[in-house]
Amino acid sequence: MADEMTVHEAHGAEAVHRHEPPKSFIRKYIFSLDHKVIGVQYLTLALVAVFVGMVLSILMRMSLTWPDMDWPIIGTIKPDQYLSFLTIHGTMMVFFVLTTAPQGGFGNYFLPIQIGAEDMAFPVLNMLSFWVTLVGFVFLVASFFVYEGAPIGGWTAYPPLSAIPSAGPGQGAGMNLWIISIAIFCVGSLLGALNFITTLINMRARGMSLMRMPLTCWAWFTTAVLALLAFPVLLAAGVLLYLDRNAGTSFFVPAGLFIKDIVQPHSGGSPILWQHLFWFFGHPEVYIAILPGMGATSHILSTFARKPVFGYRAMVFAIFAIGLLGFFVWGHHMFISGMSPYSAMAFSILTLSIGVPSAVKTFNWLGTLWGAKIRFTTPMLFALGFVSLFVAGGITGLVLGQTGLDLPMHDTYFVLGHFHLVMGVAAIFGMFAGIYFWFPKMFGRMMSERLGRIHFWITFIGVYSIFIPMHIMGIVGMPRRYSRFAENGQQIYGFLESLHPLVLFVTVAAVITFFIQFLFLFNLLWSLFKGKKAGNNPWEATTLEWDTTSPPPHDNFAGVHPVVYRGAYEFAVPGAPNDYIMQTEPDPAGGSSSSEVTSGNGHDGHKH
Amino acid sequence: MVTTVTSTERVKQKTRVGVGGTPPGRNGRNGKGPGGGGDGGKKRDGAQRFSPKPYRVTLWILIAAIFMMFAAMIAAYVNLSQGEKWPPLKTPRLLWLSTGLILASSLTFEAARRSLKAGSDKGYVRWLLPTLLFGLGFLASQVFAWRELVAQGVYLATNNHSSFFYLLTGAHAVHLVVGILALVYLLLRTRRRRAETNAELRRRAAAGVVSVYWHFMDGLWLLLFLLLFVWK
Repeated sequence: MADEMTVHEAHGAEAVHRHEPPKSFIRKYIFSLDHKVIGVQYLTLALVAVFVGMVLSILMRMSLTWPDMDWPIIGTIKPDQYLSFLTIHGTMMVFFVLTTAPQGGFGNYFLPIQIGAEDMAFPVLNMLSFWVTLVGFVFLVASFFVYEGAPIGGWTAYPPLSAIPSAGPGQGAGMNLWIISIAIFCVGSLLGALNFITTLINMRARGMSLMRMPLTCWAWFTTAVLALLAFPVLLAAGVLLYLDRNAGTSFFVPAGLFIKDIVQPHSGGSPILWQHLFWFFGHPEVYIAILPGMGATSHILSTFARKPVFGYRAMVFAIFAIGLLGFFVWGHHMFISGMSPYSAMAFSILTLSIGVPSAVKTFNWLGTLWGAKIRFTTPMLFALGFVSLFVAGGITGLVLGQTGLDLPMHDTYFVLGHFHLVMGVAAIFGMFAGIYFWFPKMFGRMMSERLGRIHFWITFIGVYSIFIPMHIMGIVGMPRRYSRFAENGQQIYGFLESLHPLVLFVTVAAVITFFIQFLFLFNLLWSLFKGKKAGNNPWEATTLEWDTTSPPPHDNFAGVHPVVYRGAYEFAVPGAPNDYIMQTEPDPAGGSSSSEVTSGNGHDGHKH
Repeated sequence: MVTTVTSTERVKQKTRVGVGGTPPGRNGRNGKGPGGGGDGGKKRDGAQRFSPKPYRVTLWILIAAIFMMFAAMIAAYVNLSQGEKWPPLKTPRLLWLSTGLILASSLTFEAARRSLKAGSDKGYVRWLLPTLLFGLGFLASQVFAWRELVAQGVYLATNNHSSFFYLLTGAHAVHLVVGILALVYLLLRTRRRRAETNAELRRRAAAGVVSVYWHFMDGLWLLLFLLLFVWK
């Protein structure tokens, strides 16, 4: 804590003081204390990780569609290789993309600016959280390069097989690296979460009361709370699993386990215990991935609908309700574990009740859009895409939340389609919306709208083409996690014969969607240097980040401390000269009409 | 009609009075007037005064996180204790000594904190030193308790109860080492007197934060002790 104190000591005593950015390259861009640089570092890490994860998913599709093909360079993809791709794809995407980018990336960059702070509360802690996360990433990638390669147990690493190093290829050194990577990641996320919560509680600008914060800040805050309470549980579970593997304990291994003709020396453990601990973390993790996307979507929908967020308070409470309920539904991942029907019923009811706050959010998004003159910019398209995917994926959540339906569907492609739509692709669309929306602020240039639109439409149609057929495959009964369904051109499972065209279709859609992402990458790099210059507020938005220069100076507001006079989404206020009022804009002195426009109904001027 | 705009109320810009370390007045409910935000460690008017609030908030959040980790292990303990293969250990007698030592250290730490609050630097150091000694004594006592068990042939992997014993006491000891390092840091800071008020405030904040952490470690130990040897 000493270091953070010295950071605060450095503040001068003048009324308006500037923080000069550090001069040396290393302090400025590598070991930077600036939350904006750290945010970009997180986003870059996520970009690398998402690329690795996507390549792995394409390799899996190739193996599923043409199981015996001898590919150039990589050769034939063997079943254990397929499973290691599956494991690292899941781990990479969930931890290093869906957790780092929305929270560590955008949250780091924009939370301090949106609440009017100069930086995070503890900049050194912030820097540490990124570098710790990066070490975790290196460990995970390293698991591919050790003896026998990456683990094959899936991102959930269910014991007892994950607890026995001899259980299969990759379950030795690779699995150890996997656990270490996850443990390090937990620590990094905890450091980040501490910082987010403290910053939001203590560093808000004058006038930035809680109910004036943009919904993005609420989402990042709730996400930080979830991370804070969920990651320590995963850390503890990881420690127990590591001890089981390397110190001979039996937390997760039952007596008399017979692996490769050898009875394992463990006894007295419970594999189900891991599932409880893992999913107690795992379910809140889903919301860690999706909540920031919800925040960004609310923010962007309001901005481009030129209307206030419909039901701001309800949105805040819905975020909280989703976060809170998320801690009581972990059992719905374990309906097939032999759980008592009474517990299953309780978990089922709690799970379905998450539909209520989710519906509140969806209807409020629709309410925000209702009757609006929408500006269809690229970020707006992606935000609308988020709503669409969230609904499409959420509906099947109601199906899988019921024990009776989950039992036959749990190990099929139906679940795959469900969670990829609702937590995977929806969260990714939230990120795309965020990057197209905030890119002008982060780098001072606009991204190309034309390329952005092409990117959106192909990605949007692409992801639906990938994941909707998976629901059908699931209903037919195609089991997930299987590396191949055919051998030597012969279907192993007769009843899946008819699905082959669909499998091929999904693979083609996946490959097209994969390649169109390079258009996004090109747009990103091209716009970085050649994009149209963005002013301070290209979208005519209201929140504090649009009040400063693009990109913001090192201390965010050039030594000025913003004062906030109003809520975050004051669009189309009757009597106002523009259709938006910045949060920092004081009311005109002695304005006569404004006293009639009291809280509520700001957009239609309805008089009480 | 649901409320769509949180507040378009007229807002009077208040003249800011020279407030010291106190946060700006919160005028009642949220969303009214420009005084609602927190100001954290930085004050905008002239002399910036150090505020201990961010450190205190962070500490409590950190405690919540550490507690969650132990809660997960305790849940695992409770879960597995219902299974077979659960011959509980005989309580090593040294653990009673450990418990006495850590309780005593909490008392002396509290005395130290009160002396500092009363402005007595001497009393502060006088109470901080025995706290450190008690803390180190606790760790030593734990190590000897482990050695006693090892001498009996009870190892980490002997049975589930012994696994949990080493795991929980070990995890607690690791967190206590952090507390001891913090104590050493506090003691080092007493070596040199600071004239500035900010440095003094910072020192007090550090003492306050470390003392809360220390009491938490104390309470956590009692919880683990009860769990491991009384509840069984």
